[in-house]
Amino acid sequence: MKRLLRGAQWLLPLLALWAVLPATAQSPNDATFLSTLGELREASYSDKENIVERLSQSGHPSGRAVLTALLEDRLYFRNSDQKVFIVKTAGEDPLSLIDPLTLKSAGSTAADQLTQIGTNNGLRRVLRMALAHFGLASPDASVRLDAVREMMQSLDEPTVALLRHQMAVEKDSSVKKEIATGLALAALDGTDTKARLQAIATLKDSVSQDVRNRLALLLDKSPDGGFVETNEQVRRAAATAVASIDRSRAFYSGIETLFFGLSLGSVLVLIAMGLAITFGVMGVINMAHGELMMLGAYTTYLVQVAMPGHIGISILAAIPAAFIIAGLTGVLMERTIIRFLYGRPLETLLATFGVSLILQQSVRSIFSALNRSVVTPDWMSGSLRLNDALAITYNRLYIVIFTLIVFAVVMLVLRRTRIGLDIRAVSQNRAMAKAMGIRTEWVDAMTFGLGSGIAGVAGVALSQLTNVGPNLGQAYIIDSFLVVVFGGVGNLWGSLIGGMSMGIFNKLLEPYAGAVLAKIFVLVALILFIQIRPRGLFPPAGRASEDK
Amino acid sequence: MKSKSVFTTACLLVAAHVFSKGAVAQDTIKVGVLHSLSGTMAISETTLKDTILMMIDAQNKKGGLLGKKLEPVVVDPASNWPLFAEKAAQLLEKDKVAVVFGCWTSVSRKSVLPVFEKDNGLLFYPVQYEGEESSKNVIYTGAAPNQQAIPAVDYLMKEVGVKRWVLEGTDYVYPRTTNKILEAYLKLKGVKPEDISINYTPFGNSDWQTRVAAIKKFGSAGKKTAVVSTINGDANVPFYKELGNQKISAEDIPVVAFSVGEEELSGVDTKPLVGELAAWNYFESISTPANKAFISQWHAFIKNPKRTTNDPMEAHYIGFNLWVKAVQKAKTTDVTKVIAALPGLETPNLTGGVAKVLPNHHITKPVYIGEVKADGQFNVVWKSAGEVPGDAWSDYLPGSKDIEADWVTLNCGNYNKVTKKCSGQNYK
Repeated sequence: MKRLLRGAQWLLPLLALWAVLPATAQSPNDATFLSTLGELREASYSDKENIVERLSQSGHPSGRAVLTALLEDRLYFRNSDQKVFIVKTAGEDPLSLIDPLTLKSAGSTAADQLTQIGTNNGLRRVLRMALAHFGLASPDASVRLDAVREMMQSLDEPTVALLRHQMAVEKDSSVKKEIATGLALAALDGTDTKARLQAIATLKDSVSQDVRNRLALLLDKSPDGGFVETNEQVRRAAATAVASIDRSRAFYSGIETLFFGLSLGSVLVLIAMGLAITFGVMGVINMAHGELMMLGAYTTYLVQVAMPGHIGISILAAIPAAFIIAGLTGVLMERTIIRFLYGRPLETLLATFGVSLILQQSVRSIFSALNRSVVTPDWMSGSLRLNDALAITYNRLYIVIFTLIVFAVVMLVLRRTRIGLDIRAVSQNRAMAKAMGIRTEWVDAMTFGLGSGIAGVAGVALSQLTNVGPNLGQAYIIDSFLVVVFGGVGNLWGSLIGGMSMGIFNKLLEPYAGAVLAKIFVLVALILFIQIRPRGLFPPAGRASEDK
Repeated sequence: MKSKSVFTTACLLVAAHVFSKGAVAQDTIKVGVLHSLSGTMAISETTLKDTILMMIDAQNKKGGLLGKKLEPVVVDPASNWPLFAEKAAQLLEKDKVAVVFGCWTSVSRKSVLPVFEKDNGLLFYPVQYEGEESSKNVIYTGAAPNQQAIPAVDYLMKEVGVKRWVLEGTDYVYPRTTNKILEAYLKLKGVKPEDISINYTPFGNSDWQTRVAAIKKFGSAGKKTAVVSTINGDANVPFYKELGNQKISAEDIPVVAFSVGEEELSGVDTKPLVGELAAWNYFESISTPANKAFISQWHAFIKNPKRTTNDPMEAHYIGFNLWVKAVQKAKTTDVTKVIAALPGLETPNLTGGVAKVLPNHHITKPVYIGEVKADGQFNVVWKSAGEVPGDAWSDYLPGSKDIEADWVTLNCGNYNKVTKKCSGQNYK
C-alpha cells in the first residue's frame, strides 16, 4: 500500500507534465500504464510480479503486446532517457523499436544503448498465467486449450468466473472438456455435497496427474488421525475415482515404456544396420564404423551451416549427403587398406581401429574438440500429446519411422537390385560368383561403401539425439557389434529383431534397476544367450555358414 | 666495444649450448601445464591450457617474474588417468617445473596426488569438486561443495520454494559424494526421505526417455520439485533435449546444474534450455571492468571473438595471479617456501570481489545462480552476500564433520578435532 502511495505521489506531476504536451495526446489510462511500465526498470523480480499483475489488470489495449514482449525478452529501456520500448526481434544490432503505447515503429537504436528488462522462472510463470487470460479470447482452439490448461494451475475466483463465462460461449469440444475439468476441480472446494459428487463423477474419466493428486488430497488424514475430508460419501467417491485414474495411468505408462523400448531399439538397429552388412555379409570387423557415423553427423552440421535459413529441410538434405560422404570414405578405406587384409580378421581389426583414430583426430583438428551444435528443426521437437497421461516425443517417433524406412530400402536394394544380387552371390560363394563373371573386387568395394553409407545415415539420426563431437562414434560402436552378434551374423532381419528386443528389454528393466544396472543385465543376458546359441538369433543357414 | 659485447654474448650462447642445457633453464622459470589435449576431456581442458598460456604470455610482457621469463611446459595426458601420474612425474622430475596448473576430473587429481606429494610439487586445481580432501601440495581454486552445491540448494529451497528433490548424476565419484552431502543436508533441513530421489546414469548417457518420464512423475505429486544435476558434460545435451521434448519447462521443474557453463552451452542449441539454472562462482555475463578486460584479452589471445569464458578459466586466472604473488613474496620459486607464502594472500577475482587463500588450501569465492538465456549466456538471479570460504571437509557428512584442514597452525590436511589426531594425507 505504501508503495502504491509513493507511486501516486510522483504520478501526479507526471500527469501534469503530459497535460501540457498536446502533441502526445494520452489518456490518463495511458499515463498510468506507462508509469507502471517504467517501474519495471528498477524492480526486483518479486516486485516485477506485482507490476505484471497490475499491467494485465489495467485493461490497456497494449497490455498483451507488452507482456508478450517481456516474456520473450524483447522489452528494453533506453539508457539515455529511460524510456521503455518493445524490440521487434531480439539479437539484432541496431534494434528496431516499437512504442509500447501505440505499438507503432519508433525508429532504431544501437543494442548497447538499450538495457534489457530481465525475467526469471518465477516471473515467466506469472507472465504465462497473465497471458493465458488473453489467450482465452483467441480464435485458435489450440491456443485456447493451452490457455485453459495454464489457468488450471491456479484456480482462484476470478479465473473460475472467467472459465465459467468461456464455457457458455465455447464451441470446441476438447476445450470444453478441459474447462469442465477445471470447473469440476474448482467445485471440489465447495460445500454443496451434490455438486461435489457430481464433480468427482466428471473427474473420474480424466487421466491427468493433477486431477489425481487433487482427488487424493480428499483421502488424506490429518495429523490427529481423522480424515481431512469429513463427508464420507465424498471420500468414498474420491477413492473409487483415484483407483480408476491410477488403473488407466498404469496402462498408459506401460504403453509409454514399450514405446521407449522401441525407440531405443530402433536407434540400435539403425547403428547396427551398416555393420550388419560390412561385418555380417563381408566378414570385415570394422572398428571405424562408429567414426563413419560421426562423419554422417558432421555432414548434418555442415549442411545446416550451408543452408542457415532452412533448418527444417536441411535435415532431409543431409541424409543423401551423409550417405555419399560416409560411403565414399568407406570405399576409400576398402580400396586402400581393407582389401589387402581379407581373411586376416585380427589385422583388419587393428588397421580399422587405426583408421578410427585418424578420423577422430582429423575431425578434432578441423572442427576443434568442441561439440558442434546441430539445431533440431521445429517439426522434430516437442511431443505428440495423445492424452493427459501419454505423449510421444516427435524426435523419437520420427527415428522409429526412419529406421523402418532405411531397413526397407536396404532390404529392397539387397533383394531386388542387380548390385544386391551381386552382393549376395559374392557373400555366399566368392569363387563361384567370380566364375560367373562377377567382378568380386568391385562388389566388395560397393558392399563396404553401402554399409558405410548406412552408417552415415545413422549419423544424421544420432545428430538429433546426442552430441556431435569427435567421440560420437565410440559411444555406439560396442552396441552396434552387440546387436549384430545377437541377431545372427549376416542376417538383417536378425539385426532388426535383435536390436528391437534389446531395446525393449533394457527399457523394461530400467525403471526397476536403474540405467547403469539395466545395461549390465542386458550384457549378462546377452553373454548367456551367446553361450547357448553361439550363432545368434538367426544363424546363417546352408553351405555359406560352414566355411566361415 | 660494441663488437666485443656481441662476441661475448655469442661465446656465452655457445657455451650455454655446449656445456649444459641447464644453463639456459636458469634464465627461465618453468610452468607446467597438465591438461588433456586429446580424448574425451579435451573439450574442456584445452581451453584451460590456452588460459594459462595467455596468462604466462601477459606476465612475460610485463617483464616476467623475479627478473626471469616464464616458460610453459605443456604435456598431454590424453584423458588417460594413469598417464596423468606419468606426465606429472615427468614435469616434476625431468622438467623441474616450479608449479603445475592442471587436471579436471577428480580421478585425474587423485591419480597425480601421490606424485605431487612424493616430489614436493605444487598443483593449482581449477575445477569445482566434491571436497573431502586437502593436500599440502595442492591449491584448490575451484569450488568446494559449500561454495556451489549447498548455496544452490538453499536458493531453491528459500527463493523458489522447492519441497521435493531429484538428485540426478553421472555414475562416478564427484556426483556420488556431492549427492551424499546434499542428501544429508536436505534431511537436516527437514526434507522427508520420500521427497528425495537419487539416480545415476552411465557416462555419456544419451537415452533419457525413462529418466525424464520418471522425473516428470516424481514432480507431479503436487509439491514444487527441482532437479539438482551433477550430470557430467556431454550427457547434459540429450538430457535437456528430452526435458524439452517431454514439455517439462524450467518454470515447472527447474534443473540446477553444477557442470554446465558457457563453454558447454556453446555447442548446444540453447532454445530448449532457457530458464534452467546453473550455480557457479563466475559467469561471463557479469559486468565488471576486470571481467570485460579479461574477456577482450582472451578474444585477442585466442583470435576468435566468439569464444566464451567460464568458471574454471577464472579459477586459473586467480590461481596464476596467486602463484605470482606468492613467488614475489617468497622471492624464490622454491615450492616449500611458495606454499608457506600462499595462505593469507589475496588477489582480486573477475567479478569484483577478492579471492583469499585459506589455511586449508581452498580460496574464498562468491556464489552466483544464473538462468540460461537464449543466447547461451547466463542471467544472474541470485548472488551470495560476499565471498564464501571454501570448506575442505563437509560439515554435513557424519565421517568428516569433525575433520579440519589447516596447513598453517596444525600443518595437517585432516585433523580430527575430537580425537585430536592427524591421520596422514589420506582420509578413509
